[in-house]
Amino acid sequence: MTSTVTAAPAVGVPVTDRTRNERRLGWKLTAPAVVVMLAVTAYPMLNALWLSLFSYRLTDPGAREFVGLRNYGVVLSDGLWWQTVFTTVIITLITVAVELLIGFGFAMVMHRIIFGRKVVRTSILIPYGIITVVSAFAWRYAFALDSGFINTWFGLGDFAWFSERWSSIFAICLSEIWKTTPFMSLLLLAGLAQVPEELQEAAKVDGATWRQRLTRVTLPNMKAAIMVAVLFRTLDAYRLFDNVFVMTAGAQKTETVSFLAYRQMITRTALGLGSAVSVLLFLTVVAIAALFIKGFKVDLSSVRGR
Amino acid sequence: MGGRRSALSRLGTYGGPVLVIAWTLFPVLWIVSLSFKPESGINNEKFLPDTWTLENYRTVFDTPLFTSALRNSIFISLIATVLSVMIATVAAYAIARLEFPGKKLILSLALAIAMFPAVSLVGPLFDIWRSVGLYDTWLGLIIPYMSFTLPLSIWTLSAFFREIPWEMEQAAQIDGATSWQAFRKVIVPLAAPGVFTAAILAFFFAWNDFVFGISLTSTDAARPVPAALAFFTGASQFERPAAAISAAAVIVTIPVVVLVLLFQRRIVAGLTAGAVKG
Repeated sequence: MTSTVTAAPAVGVPVTDRTRNERRLGWKLTAPAVVVMLAVTAYPMLNALWLSLFSYRLTDPGAREFVGLRNYGVVLSDGLWWQTVFTTVIITLITVAVELLIGFGFAMVMHRIIFGRKVVRTSILIPYGIITVVSAFAWRYAFALDSGFINTWFGLGDFAWFSERWSSIFAICLSEIWKTTPFMSLLLLAGLAQVPEELQEAAKVDGATWRQRLTRVTLPNMKAAIMVAVLFRTLDAYRLFDNVFVMTAGAQKTETVSFLAYRQMITRTALGLGSAVSVLLFLTVVAIAALFIKGFKVDLSSVRGR
Repeated sequence: MGGRRSALSRLGTYGGPVLVIAWTLFPVLWIVSLSFKPESGINNEKFLPDTWTLENYRTVFDTPLFTSALRNSIFISLIATVLSVMIATVAAYAIARLEFPGKKLILSLALAIAMFPAVSLVGPLFDIWRSVGLYDTWLGLIIPYMSFTLPLSIWTLSAFFREIPWEMEQAAQIDGATSWQAFRKVIVPLAAPGVFTAAILAFFFAWNDFVFGISLTSTDAARPVPAALAFFTGASQFERPAAAISAAAVIVTIPVVVLVLLFQRRIVAGLTAGAVKG
């Protein structure tokens, strides 16, 4: 609960000077933050929206011309766009599902841990803190034909992981899962801590099995935490970029939507077309968030314990 | 049934922690091992080096691209962190203590921006930066970094500040402290851990950035480490020196490990404070 000095004025009661001053101070103190946030995101985003209506290549600025929604038509009718969407959705589904399972296991381990509590919590933060590019290089070299050990360990001979689509996607998913499962597990651990211990005990006394306690007591009571963790990770996974860049550079049809946007804008300097991809990516992320918040009723304010 | 369960739970008690630690440390140990392999012996197809060498670390520190990237990364990340934590502290204080219309909207805005796909900003920023001369400069990265460090700090700090017993300030004043003393002796020590935690998390994010780093820089004037790693080339343009890259990767992982070792509890609290009541 916030410990505010004054209570909100009741309906019909005139706003006092004190309330007015408090409001003004509140706005003044938050103004810099709001201005900076809007300046670094809303403004460039509107700019992207504007650029997406032009045929505009940096290499040929003279030929810049207004084309309306034609860039969107070009993107949406191109098989490449749908292929990147498919790849991104598949990777998002696989990674979030696996992370949820492993993350829940890790959270259970950390919740019930008796010895080594501090060591485990410290080590689990290392993948979280490590640079994604570093993780990508570590896994890439582990799978690589020349420097890797994975083929030797699993007797795979000279199987070239990065020469096929699905084995490349497998490697990308593994790097992504390794790095982000700790974040998932810590959110789930916080959720586990909210499950009332009395309920567990009561269920035990009533003769509930381990599985019954898990599905009838633990999971329903931490549903909110699970949904928030899944929402955060889904939005994060959908913008996947670093791992793909380092591990395959988009080869073998592993290009994700973020990577496509980057390649159009920076590598090809096709700012108009690239901006259209960016806007579509942004709209997808908004749609995913809306689906979770409205469709699955993820209430972000309630789980924050206000 | 009962016997299986107790065996399972014993496995969970002892095997679980071992499994978690193995999971988290295995790839780290692999990259450390790679960094000690001689470039010629990197293809031994084994986990550990046949012969151990420090040659890669020497190569890395003799490569101006890496040393300047390290300097860029450290300063750009620190400046972005300090700026956003300062702005966020003031804003989070207002959100936690004052009643004013729009504060929920500000928190929602912060959350929405934290979820924003960074790549969507890259094109317009690339265009604007080139015309205003911010392309390939420190400031040209510090500003976009704040698009994620600032919302993250606001979110974390508001959660922390909401838990602070602000009445203690008044209590101290009733006991005869001046408002400045009450602020300095009571509020600052209570708020400092939260501010510090927000700073660590913001630093991790800035340190990790790759998208802005590769898109908005072109030379070692501002290119940060993750971008430099991806563009690191050996003697010839086509050779990717795996062992040297590994050594560089180990070097940039050291600050992360140190921060995690020192502030484990705070980082866990900060990560979960914004999302779930911890």
